[in-house]
Order: sequence, then structure tokens, then C-alpha cells
Amino acid sequence: MQNIIKIQTPLTKEKVKQLKAGDNVSISGTIYTARDAAHKRMISLIEEGKSLPFDVKDQIIYYVGPCPARPGQVIGSAGPTTSGRMDAYAPTLISMGLTGMIGKGLRSKEVIDSMIKYGAVYFGAIGGAGALIASTIESEEVIAFPDLGTEAIRKLVVRDFPATVVIDCYGNNLYEIGRKRYMVAE
Amino acid sequence: MKTIDVVKIIETVEKLCIDANYYLNDDIANSLEKGLLLEESDTGKLVLQQLLKNAEMARSQKMAMCQDTGMAVVFVDIGQDVRITGGSLTDAINEGVRRGYQNGYLRKSVVKNPIDRVNTGDNTPAVIHYNIVEGDSLKITVAPKGFGSENMSALKMLKPSDGIDGVKEFVIDTVRKAGPNPCPPVVVGVGIGGTMEKAALLAKRALLRPIDIRNSDSSIKNLEEELLEKINKLGIGPAGLGGRVTALAVNVEMFPTHIAGLPVAVNINCHAARHAEAVL
Repeated sequence: MQNIIKIQTPLTKEKVKQLKAGDNVSISGTIYTARDAAHKRMISLIEEGKSLPFDVKDQIIYYVGPCPARPGQVIGSAGPTTSGRMDAYAPTLISMGLTGMIGKGLRSKEVIDSMIKYGAVYFGAIGGAGALIASTIESEEVIAFPDLGTEAIRKLVVRDFPATVVIDCYGNNLYEIGRKRYMVAE
Repeated sequence: MKTIDVVKIIETVEKLCIDANYYLNDDIANSLEKGLLLEESDTGKLVLQQLLKNAEMARSQKMAMCQDTGMAVVFVDIGQDVRITGGSLTDAINEGVRRGYQNGYLRKSVVKNPIDRVNTGDNTPAVIHYNIVEGDSLKITVAPKGFGSENMSALKMLKPSDGIDGVKEFVIDTVRKAGPNPCPPVVVGVGIGGTMEKAALLAKRALLRPIDIRNSDSSIKNLEEELLEKINKLGIGPAGLGGRVTALAVNVEMFPTHIAGLPVAVNINCHAARHAEAVL
């Protein structure tokens, strides 16, 4: 079993360059949540020339819409959602300095091209492991679009959030590499 | 004639919504344990271990296994000798969903209009499938369906000349294209025959069958086993990161169809294949 690489946010371009597809990582520090509706609104703000709810430079966005917290809990179940739905919006944010995305599932060529061009990394979290991931979230604060409920933008402080580098800033893609390694030809 | 009051139905549906989201069924947990022995990828093994740990944490902390607590799909097998009293059966089921998602701290994921996309705020309405059966009991199954896997499902109206090979190719191709998106290892429900909507419903219902039980028809059982073997050669693996365990099971259901058609539906479910049932 390979070592687990510890990552502390903010995720600078220097840190991004050291990560390779297949690396298992544990992320600590501040990350931000956004999914479909929040992305749509952020892109509208950019088009209108307005500032975003947070500066995306050197930051990680986690694609998640958590469950409500029980009283006494920080957050409810909080696993990754399918990233491909954010593909239309991600290149714009990457061009503005976003360096990390956490989600699950395939990304488009446009997103991968932007990641290579600007230096960003795509982490896969385990789809379906929402309770486990919630236990790594130490604090949660809605910072924008509260009307969106679960889709609001949240600032999370995480400790040892488990993930795997799926696509690195060189374009290596674990979904392709891993599949080829274990595929059995008919 | 048995009478069942809607209050009982509301309470039952509320509990089933919560149970299905908190507790991984034993057949799935056993299959994940078995997968740990079969899996050759270290990362794949790590993913399977974390899924088992996740299920344990959800159970002990009484929280949802996954944040996508789904659109509530409810199957109701109602005995023809049952009479519902106190109100509307459909309203009662939706009230049960409303209370289950509120009181169980489950996510509300339903939008009222697919175009406007404004959240209904209480996860209703449920998608309800009624089936009238003999007898005087009422069986309710709640299967919360997440859309990571639902979005990767597909239906195709094959030609009769496509035959069994065409069916196999379509099923495998659908799982291949889904790749990492539906949270593998997946459970695959396949419906073959009927009409367009019948095939889709057969596929959805196939997901309710425990994954350690094969179809009682031996030719369908063989098809299920062959499809599972072929899917597990795709290399997708746990979380799609590469590995041997891409699917835990393939459940196939068939129904007579028209002389001109061969409808096939593939409904993919995530590893948790959530469903809980009760008989009143």
C-alpha cells in the first residue's frame, strides 16, 4: 500500500505540480462547496463583472450537496456528487486560479485541457461514503446563496479528508490508467 | 377484507425512508466483504474497506450512508381484499416521505418542475408504482434512488434480430459508458421485454431482489452470471479507479413482448442498492 500524501490548503500551483494521478491523499484546511446551481450563479456573476462569494485562487471546490445536520452534528452525510455536470463551468473558474476540484466521475476534454493549461488537479472522493467523509469535516458555514439550501456555497474546514488524485495537471487520468490495468480482453 | 388506516401507512413509509438510507442491507455488506477477497487493486481494496466502514458509521450514528438520499421510489403491492380507510393512499405515502426526509435529516433532492428546477422542499412527490395482487396484505417497498446512478441508466428498443447477443452488448456497453459515475461497484437491474415502460419498470424492480438470489429461471440465471463475469472484466473497479470488482450483481427480469420488438432497460444502482420493505 502506497503512502498517503498530506495536503494543506491553500493548494498552490507548486503543490499541484507535485501530485500525480493515482496518489492517495488526505486534505486538511479550508475548502469550499458548490454544485450545479451555485456554479450557474457564480458564472452569471462573472459574466456581469461582479465578484465571486470567495476568491477561487489556490482554492479547492468540493462538489457536494450535504444532508442536513442533526442537532449537535457539524454536517450530515457529505459525499461527492457527479462532477461532469460542472464541466460547463469549471474551465472559467480554473482560468481564474482555482487549483483543485473534488468530486467523482468523468471530466470533459475542455476541463482537462484547462487543468493542464493553468495547473489544476481533480481529486476523486469515494462516491457513497458520505458518512465517512462527514466525519472529517470540522466546521461548516454557508457563505453564499442560502436560498439554494443543500446547494448553497459552504466554507468547510476539513481534517484528513480522504481522496485520490484522479487527473493531475499533466493530463494523466487514473480512470483510464486504472481501467486499462485491470481490463480483461474478451 | 382487511382495513388499514392511512395513519399506519404514513408511519410505515416514514420509517422505511429512514431505514433504507441509514442501513446497508446484509446481502450487500456480505458481497462487499467477498469483493475484498476478489479485488486485486490496492486502491480498490481501500475503497471497499471505506464503503464498509461508511456503512458502519451510518448505522451507529444514525445518519444517511450517502448525501444523495434519492428520489423516493415506492412500490406498493396491494392485496385486492385490502381496504384503505382514513384518506387517500397516495397522499399517505407522500406524507410518509415528507416526514421521513424531515425527521431523518435526509436531503431534499426533488425539484417541482424539471425546467424551472425549484426544490419542493420536502422530497415529495414520491414515484409510486401500484400493483394489485391477491390476498389481504399490503406490501410497501421504499427504494430511494440516487441520480448519480440513475443518470447512467439507459433503455433501447432492440430489433428481434439483435437477439441475446444484442441484449448482452447493450447491457455491457451501458455499464462501460457509465464508468466511475454511478459509484461502483454497482448493482445492475435489467428488464427485457414488455413495452418501453414495462422494460424500465422490470429493470427497476429487478433492483429490489436480494443480490444473493439468482433468477429462478435457469436460462435467465445463466445470463445474469455471464453478464456479471463480463462486466467484471471491464476493469472499472471500485470507485472507477481500476480493479476487478465493478459490479456486485446483475439481476435480470423478463416479460413477454410483441412480435416486432425487443425492449431492454438497464437501471444501474450504486453499491448500496438501497431498499427497505414492510408488510401490513
